Amino acid sequence: MAHSEQEILTGLGEIIEEIVGTEPSEVTPEKSFVDDLDIDSLSMVEIAVAAQDKFGVEIPDDQLKDLKTVQDVITFIQK
Amino acid sequence: MFKTPSAPVGATIVAFGEHQPSRVVTNADLEARVDTNDEWIQSRVGIRERRIAGPEETVESMGVAAGGKALAASGLSPKDIDLVIVATCTVTDQIPNAAATVADRLGITAPGAFDVNAACAGFCYALGVASDAVRGGSARNVLVIGSEKLSDWVDWDDRSTCVIFADGAGAAVVSGAEEHGIGPVVWGSDGGRADKIYLRDHKYLYQEGQAVFRWTTTELYKVALEALERAGVEPGELTAFVPHQANLRIVESIARKLGAPQALVARDIVTAGNTSSASIPLALSRMVGRGELPSGSTVLTLGFGAGLAYAAQVIRIP
Repeated sequence: MAHSEQEILTGLGEIIEEIVGTEPSEVTPEKSFVDDLDIDSLSMVEIAVAAQDKFGVEIPDDQLKDLKTVQDVITFIQK
Repeated sequence: MFKTPSAPVGATIVAFGEHQPSRVVTNADLEARVDTNDEWIQSRVGIRERRIAGPEETVESMGVAAGGKALAASGLSPKDIDLVIVATCTVTDQIPNAAATVADRLGITAPGAFDVNAACAGFCYALGVASDAVRGGSARNVLVIGSEKLSDWVDWDDRSTCVIFADGAGAAVVSGAEEHGIGPVVWGSDGGRADKIYLRDHKYLYQEGQAVFRWTTTELYKVALEALERAGVEPGELTAFVPHQANLRIVESIARKLGAPQALVARDIVTAGNTSSASIPLALSRMVGRGELPSGSTVLTLGFGAGLAYAAQVIRIP
């Protein structure tokens, strides 16, 4: 079943809080993982793995590097 | 039918030894060479400082130093050792092997001697072979060494790798015993992903950091749990978890998935760096030396690296 944009955003907020301790309210679509949320490449892998468990969508490493913002991940999971 | 060799029912580790080069290279030292900094290194890989061998030190000489200490601690004499195994993937000259040279320099006469290359999983592979050799009647006492000089294979201008790798050696003596003290080795490999860690241009260590991180943090805890199960040990019975010191974040991530919150987790990488097949015996020897692993305690080891090769087993501390 497809997830709504809001569901994915909420889920990502929970995942990011769990992995790097960021307040879920800070996680908004336009934020850049590296520049705004201070998330490094290894934490991105952890987020991708957790997102796969939550939404059932695999994000391979070669695609992961192109996902710069929260919106990029939402779009990837939705498609 | 051939005659079955008479052999002890069990094999166990009777002593450890370790050697680290004297030269300390701090993160500040690396800042002076490549575009990096202490905060970045500590947050990504968890290393504060590492030891780097001088030009006169080799895989063989470090192996001799660590092996000699383990042999002395075991109370055995060189003539009691009839098999020497050196786990290494960084020996510069493939011929002759390191094991025969190391044995000779330790005064061990005419032992079986061979090298094992399973990259960073090498020590666990070698320990599994040593245990089986003792229980199969092929050897009485085995000197198992992990020795690596990774600095020979690092591009010191590549900030993604030069901050990680280091040099050192660790060793263990395995002997026959009434009570078996080395659990069954659970080993495996995935050559389909051999391109994730390799020697670039046949010269410099290269790894795909994200792919390796994903592999190690999502798949390897299952190997560790299988080693526990095959040894008949519950996670709650573990005194310590001593995985390959690849990266502190990998170490801590795997540790969290074991269901063994009471177990001390080896964090030797903080001051020793990633020393490939030497990292597990080096960490074990240093932890025993600090009194962190009492005699009789149960420890889980897990080696993993290029290949992609991996191996795990449970051991009892002498």
